[in-house]
Amino acid sequence: MSSLSTMTSPPPASTPLAPAARPLRRWLPLGLGVALVVFTAMLPLLNISVPGVFPGPTYTAGTLQLLAYAMLISALALSYRIIFGVGGMLSFGHALFFAAGAYGLGIALDVLAPASLPSPLIFALALLIALIFAFVLATVTGALALRVGGISFAMVTLAFAQAGSVMIRRNPGRATGGDEGLALDITHVPGALVGVVNTRNLFWVALVILVLAYLVALWLEKSRAGHVAAAGRENELRVRVLGLRPYLVKLLVFTVAGVLAAIAGMGYLLLQSTASPRIATADFTLTLLVIVVLGGVGMRWGAIVGGMIYTLLDQRLTALAGSRAVDALPDVLRIPLSEPLFLLGTLFILVVMFFPGGIAGIGKRLGGNKKRRTPAVSEVASDDQE
Amino acid sequence: MSTVILLLVTGLGLGALYFLVAAGLSLIYGLMGVLNFAHGSFLTIGAFAGFELSRRIGDGSWGALIASMVLGAIVGMVVAALTEFLLIRPLYTRHIEQVLVTVGLALASVALFEGIWGTDPIYTAKPAWLGQTTLILGARIPNDRFLLIGCAVLVLIAIVVFLKRTRYGLIIRAGVENRSMVTALGIDVRRAFTLVFAIGGAAAGLGGVLSSVYYGYVSAHLGGSLLIFAFIVTVIGGLGSLAGAAIASVLVALLQQFANFYLGGTGDLAVVLALAAVLLIRPRGLLGKKA
Repeated sequence: MSSLSTMTSPPPASTPLAPAARPLRRWLPLGLGVALVVFTAMLPLLNISVPGVFPGPTYTAGTLQLLAYAMLISALALSYRIIFGVGGMLSFGHALFFAAGAYGLGIALDVLAPASLPSPLIFALALLIALIFAFVLATVTGALALRVGGISFAMVTLAFAQAGSVMIRRNPGRATGGDEGLALDITHVPGALVGVVNTRNLFWVALVILVLAYLVALWLEKSRAGHVAAAGRENELRVRVLGLRPYLVKLLVFTVAGVLAAIAGMGYLLLQSTASPRIATADFTLTLLVIVVLGGVGMRWGAIVGGMIYTLLDQRLTALAGSRAVDALPDVLRIPLSEPLFLLGTLFILVVMFFPGGIAGIGKRLGGNKKRRTPAVSEVASDDQE
Repeated sequence: MSTVILLLVTGLGLGALYFLVAAGLSLIYGLMGVLNFAHGSFLTIGAFAGFELSRRIGDGSWGALIASMVLGAIVGMVVAALTEFLLIRPLYTRHIEQVLVTVGLALASVALFEGIWGTDPIYTAKPAWLGQTTLILGARIPNDRFLLIGCAVLVLIAIVVFLKRTRYGLIIRAGVENRSMVTALGIDVRRAFTLVFAIGGAAAGLGGVLSSVYYGYVSAHLGGSLLIFAFIVTVIGGLGSLAGAAIASVLVALLQQFANFYLGGTGDLAVVLALAAVLLIRPRGLLGKKA
């Protein structure tokens, strides 16, 4: 292991910077971030067409739906990056918590539907129940899985997620809807969040969830716990020698990420009006891994960029696959091109092999900022080796 | 009683499939520290290769079955060796990235299989005898279980003999024990990497053809569903231990069968709980070496 990587946790403010550069350094990213959020929040009110990327102008329900979905996936990817990028834990069970949020909320709404309380109260109660459920699930899963490190941890989380996925498909007590998926019971959902007309409200909800995920990720990384987690990723033995207990910190990181994923899952249920069993599968977690690595593990915004690009590519490649230009090709070209996942998987392999820093790393490289090296993925989560 | 025997033999048959996948996984992990997510794809490509061959040379005959088993093993071996050579080797010493590459390969290859053979399962024919049952102690055992168990035992014996009796087997065993020491002695361990991948791929490819016999169909997702249980088997058995993988695959499959029958279809859940229990009591697995 080389030097302690400082990419994900920049040095404290005492770093010698030129006095004039310091305020700029500090306020520019914040200003840019706020401007970006404000601009995104205004998208439903604007008429911007990006042919080939969005299905229509930005105020139409279809585009807003796509963007909101992309933002929720980005929020989920951010939460996954907390585990994988900051904590250095290669989890293959993150989809479980996303599904716990979506299904937890859906089932809570189903169960509470006959209750004779005011609707807003019931909705709030259902949100709370789903949140607590996800919290307990993440804590228990994490507490068990973190007893082992590295690759074994990956397999244990995978096994838990698989158990969850199997349970959802089995449809115990007709609660999860099995393969059909669970439809959202809208009896007690606020009217402003229901229907195609209100897609822009859901868009704003998704934006709030994304900003929340970003802020929590930021806070966690800058906190003492985040520093301990990052240090544990680099050299767990050294952290232990210093008298710290990486287990509890890792559990905290794991749980926070799990709850964030659940919140994104609730947004997903509200947006899509149905939770499909696909979101609990191991493949879905693998997609998250692809997103985070594509975007760049070293940077927070890498996860957001990765989530956006992945979702848009997934949608657009499906459109490409169905297009006539592809249909006319001979089989050797047509079959691979008509499978979006094949193209994304290949792209992923190429990025892992040739651009270890992901998209964010490419940005850094082009920026010519060579002093700060984006950590390669292998510096993450390899504490069990050697 | 007859139910118990039926479950026992069926569990052994399923365990044989798990073992064929887990053997390669365990060896690869033990020697190289790589968790191979593409292992399921080796199995699937073996199954499809066998299916294509037997479809061409006369479905349902013994000759076709044996030829497809051989071809499945060869295809699995070649694909696995190529994977190691082209994708894993350039990322030498970067373990997590090696895992990521296999993840990408698994995603891409399943999508490719779906593109070529479609998303629906394709039903396969098998020799008539395999579809019949044999009466043992009052239980009607489907004959294909015997084929699975026999093949897995043969593969186990072959791998053990290879590991114990040949020079390369010696290098592999030493590499699992302590890789840096083997390298320090001037032996190129990397050649053993390709070899281990080839052996694992051959076992998985054979497992693919056999699983198409067991399930009665081939599909692009055949490998993925077996792979997760193979992962669990390798963890329970102890990463890197071939004997552990063999014992654990039988235990896991038996547990799954019995829980499915007596506890109302909770087999998968029981397996996961068993995994959790093993990790709590003995994190390194049944026969794993100390971490």
